Amino acid sequence: MTEKTRKKEKIPRQAMHEQEPDVRKRNFDEVPLGYSKELAMLEAERCLNCKKPVCVDGCPVSVDIPGFIRLIKEDKLTESIRLVWEKNSLPAVCGRVCPQEAQCEGLCILGKKGDPVAIGNLERFVADYERDHGAGELPPKAASTGKKVAIVGSGPSGLTVAGDLIAKGHEVTIFEAFHKPGGVLVYGIPEFRLPKEIVYSEVNFLERLGVNLQSNMVIGRTVSMEELFEEGFDAIYVGVGAGLPSFLNIPGENLIGIYSANEYLTRANLMKAYLFPEYDTPIAKGKNVAVFGAGNVAMDAARTAMRLGADNVRVIYRRSRDEMPARAAELHHAEEEGIEFYLLTAPTRFIGDEDGRITGMECLKMELGEPDASGRRRPVPIENSKFQLECDLAVIAVGAGANPLLTQSTKDIEINKWGYIIAEPETGKTTYKGVWAGGDIVSGQATVILAMGAGRMASISMHNYLTWGW
Amino acid sequence: MFEILKRQEMANGTVVMNEINAPLIAKKAEPGQFVILKANETGERIPLTMADSNPQKGTITIIYQIVGKSTSIFKSLQVGETFQDIIGPLGQATHLENVGTVVCVGGGTGVAVVHPITRALKEKGNNVKAIIGARTKDLIILEDKMKTASHELFVCTDDGSYGHHGFVTDILKDILQKEDVKLVVGIGPVPMMNFLCKVTEEFKVKTLVSLNAIMVDGTGMCGCCRVSVGGKTKFACVDGPEFDGHEVDFKELSQRLQAYTKEEAIASDKYNCACKAS
Repeated sequence: MTEKTRKKEKIPRQAMHEQEPDVRKRNFDEVPLGYSKELAMLEAERCLNCKKPVCVDGCPVSVDIPGFIRLIKEDKLTESIRLVWEKNSLPAVCGRVCPQEAQCEGLCILGKKGDPVAIGNLERFVADYERDHGAGELPPKAASTGKKVAIVGSGPSGLTVAGDLIAKGHEVTIFEAFHKPGGVLVYGIPEFRLPKEIVYSEVNFLERLGVNLQSNMVIGRTVSMEELFEEGFDAIYVGVGAGLPSFLNIPGENLIGIYSANEYLTRANLMKAYLFPEYDTPIAKGKNVAVFGAGNVAMDAARTAMRLGADNVRVIYRRSRDEMPARAAELHHAEEEGIEFYLLTAPTRFIGDEDGRITGMECLKMELGEPDASGRRRPVPIENSKFQLECDLAVIAVGAGANPLLTQSTKDIEINKWGYIIAEPETGKTTYKGVWAGGDIVSGQATVILAMGAGRMASISMHNYLTWGW
Repeated sequence: MFEILKRQEMANGTVVMNEINAPLIAKKAEPGQFVILKANETGERIPLTMADSNPQKGTITIIYQIVGKSTSIFKSLQVGETFQDIIGPLGQATHLENVGTVVCVGGGTGVAVVHPITRALKEKGNNVKAIIGARTKDLIILEDKMKTASHELFVCTDDGSYGHHGFVTDILKDILQKEDVKLVVGIGPVPMMNFLCKVTEEFKVKTLVSLNAIMVDGTGMCGCCRVSVGGKTKFACVDGPEFDGHEVDFKELSQRLQAYTKEEAIASDKYNCACKAS
């Protein structure tokens, strides 16, 4: 071990201050409070500036991680954010919601013996610092090419494509079906994890760069893909997300008080139902809440229910802790806030009263058997293990499928048997000439950063097409 | 922003008509489809089936009953003012073809929704009979338009203050007994549609109903509007809003429509107090 490495290891990983669990579990303010400049510079000091930075290999959009951290160390924060922007147009978002432990930080050399560099926290810091203190200068933009690009969906992949292509000099218009831009960043991820002001600020940054944003546009209904070409768009990127909620398909699922995670979170986040009646959209406030599933969305729903005043919130999952797909930080935060985990438990039916409202459910205990198609051990019911739980609000967060609204109305786009758009893995090209696709509508439900990675890949291919042809 | 170009109060001010500038939606809208409207920043997304659309003028028309805070806010909007957001056209259009004799039945504000369907069925060459009804004379809407849209119009009131004294289903039964009806379209309050479907089921006549389930996005993303049809869960927003009435679980539908009764009362009370205070 070199002298340099030893010295770096002496500085411990700098934790970000957070709201106390007992306080934050009843409010919607952001949980981690961010780094001060001093803390950020101390944390940046830990980076070894490796010659072959493996952390970058773990980043789906290949941010120059040692580069931007070195610039923080040197107190060149404007240069630092500019370096991040070269590869990532949504750093304030990614610093907050990326599963860093499975990506950049998971590969960090320091992590082999101790704690990896807090890359996500630093990315968040430098983006927040620019937003709060920066001069608002825009990065350089190439001369206009005269080409017009339409982007369908303003979620993370669409925003990435928009940022990439506007910088290359193309004219970019984003079409959003909802009344506000941001896609899952706005309707799905809660305020306490990703303040909406931050998303709007990132979107506003793109608008300042010249991106034209049109909300309330359901492509496939309000305007068709063919019409977009007729209107003179040269290329289209489809990043509409998965957008079809999965249900459990068990008896009683249409009782009042049973929500898909999409509905529950959309009401709470996009429609701001947590501020009812100042905002007009209502949401059920449960005392005994059950959330099904164990991914990030399930944690978001569980923590939202707690903030809306639940007495207890139970995450019900048919596999064991090891198989839970949520990001480590989300599980940790949920546990700190008093969310209970009923593992190896599967619901069999919901029970309601004479008004059709949910009052409880029946569950079975499970054990793990042989590995299934997903490579995870298959949960098998244990005989005579049936039990009932009281429950007045249930949220089903077991994933999403492909929403067929756009693909059904666009014959030339081929889809696979699950309804996802077929796109070339290296380019994102679909079977419809001039149309690319990426994010959840191609991959199935994944993460913000993977959707951004897909957008990046497609934007390169789209730029090539706009420059040289299909 | 979507500007209101025309506004008219009907049924003693309990129902309002708005003609709204929305050229892109007007160009695509077909009978049976709906839009989602949001009045302002803090507003709710409210689905309403369109009462009309004019692609040349670039306008859509909605007719709605005042039932709570959101529709009260809608009612407060005057000509020249705007809805912040309108999304559409959404849902499946009515399947229109020439089948012979059809009966179009509208109850309450349901008349507004059944009107464009009635007109389109007549244009397709069907022999169209129409029945409209309301609790009392003053609440009957669009009588003249329905007269023009059909070959024969019957009007009923529950209290006998106008037209036939009784329910729309009384007249419907008469027609079904006398004529070879191929299709019934029934749109109105849930109990009316439920009862109407029981009647047509006896006569084994295909019946379409339009369901006003609670929605959020209107594009199949949230599943809020799920309804049981033929024992299967459907989304009213993308699979509907029209369904085979004989397959619909009306009990579940009417229960689900009560999901937020408590919250609606809180919101309305607060809104009405604030209005009176100012």
